[in-house]
Amino acid sequence: MAQVSMTVNGKPASGEIEGRTLLVDFIRESLDLTGTHVGCDTSQCGACVVHVNGKAVKACTMFAAEAEGAEVTTIEGMAAEDGTLNPIQQAFQDHHGLQCGFCTPGMVMSASALLAENPKPSEAEIRDYLEGNICRCTGYHNIVKAILAASGQDVSNIAAE
Amino acid sequence: MYAFEIERPSTVADAVTALAKSDENQALAGGQTLIPTLKQRLASPETLVSLGGIAEIQGICQDDDGRVCIGAGTTHAEVAAGAGAYLALAALANNIGDPAVRNRGTIGGSLANNDPSACYPAGALGSGATIVTTAREIVADDYFQGMFETALDAGEIITEVKFPVPEKANYQKFEQPASRFALVGVFVAKFADGVRVAVTGASEEGVFRWSEAEAVLSGNFSADALDGVTLSGDGMISDLHGSGAYRAHLVGVMTRRAVAAA
Repeated sequence: MAQVSMTVNGKPASGEIEGRTLLVDFIRESLDLTGTHVGCDTSQCGACVVHVNGKAVKACTMFAAEAEGAEVTTIEGMAAEDGTLNPIQQAFQDHHGLQCGFCTPGMVMSASALLAENPKPSEAEIRDYLEGNICRCTGYHNIVKAILAASGQDVSNIAAE
Repeated sequence: MYAFEIERPSTVADAVTALAKSDENQALAGGQTLIPTLKQRLASPETLVSLGGIAEIQGICQDDDGRVCIGAGTTHAEVAAGAGAYLALAALANNIGDPAVRNRGTIGGSLANNDPSACYPAGALGSGATIVTTAREIVADDYFQGMFETALDAGEIITEVKFPVPEKANYQKFEQPASRFALVGVFVAKFADGVRVAVTGASEEGVFRWSEAEAVLSGNFSADALDGVTLSGDGMISDLHGSGAYRAHLVGVMTRRAVAAA
């Protein structure tokens, strides 16, 4: 066992880990932040996407030890302290960008990383960026629409399908 | 996963020392292949030596010969954004896996693993790159030695890859949509002294140079010049995604597209 320390959602976090402890397991089991989901555990589905030093990564395919000293943001760090949703989260709610919701934490974290590097993405750019985030409910259409809306673009002419 | 320890050295010298402590120790780069491999219990290292904290093997620069030199620990996303002096290589990096994978996976890890369907082996072999390690410099033609086989010795770590910049180049990837690896990928590079064509995803021997196409294209760099130049399906990977003959055909198609787009 070894000690690891990092900053998670702006607060110091530390704990005992094994070498093989995945970042997602540290977040969920040690920190009790269960908003980050484990879908496939094979780095295909993206339900476990978090930000490490501002970059979207799959927390199921990174060891907790490798996040020593890092700034980590999870879905729990997206809303304001008073519970006010982040604009991306609000857009997912407004545009029905989720059904069962299992993939949503990863979708929101990927969308947030996309908008940080490309504030006004096209529909094609959004779909391309979400290549590593799999949703089995929505058919993606409303997810894309929500991200377009969160980026301040007009979605009034986009039909819900 | 079987249990193991993780060490995080901050210098290449410390990483070499850590790896040398046991034959059962293994280097960990971005982990985008190694971690899934560990999960399947296909590897059982005593200690993983993480290279992620070594600043001296990260970053991109150009040397006095105009070569684009990429630190082995540089991620695919960093190459996509920072290798503007070699756009075909930046484009290749920008189409590996998905964005989250590109934020972790590194060029050194990809080349050390030498997956027969990975993109970087085609880029390195097609460019005639030089792989710099902790022990020596290895030219790409000597480096790739078959599926998952390289010239690297135990404990040897890639530190940098030096890419000569061609006059024209392009990489065409026919993507296997589930894995996002190349079903077939072809990297074409036109230098003053000839054309190089490197193929990934096709051969059971891993990445290879298609010498017949190189000879034809060196005389006439156009897609039409490849009319009648074909590759046999013998020795090609054959699986549920495509037969050997299908892959051999696809090599020709991807090569023509790469030449046309270069």
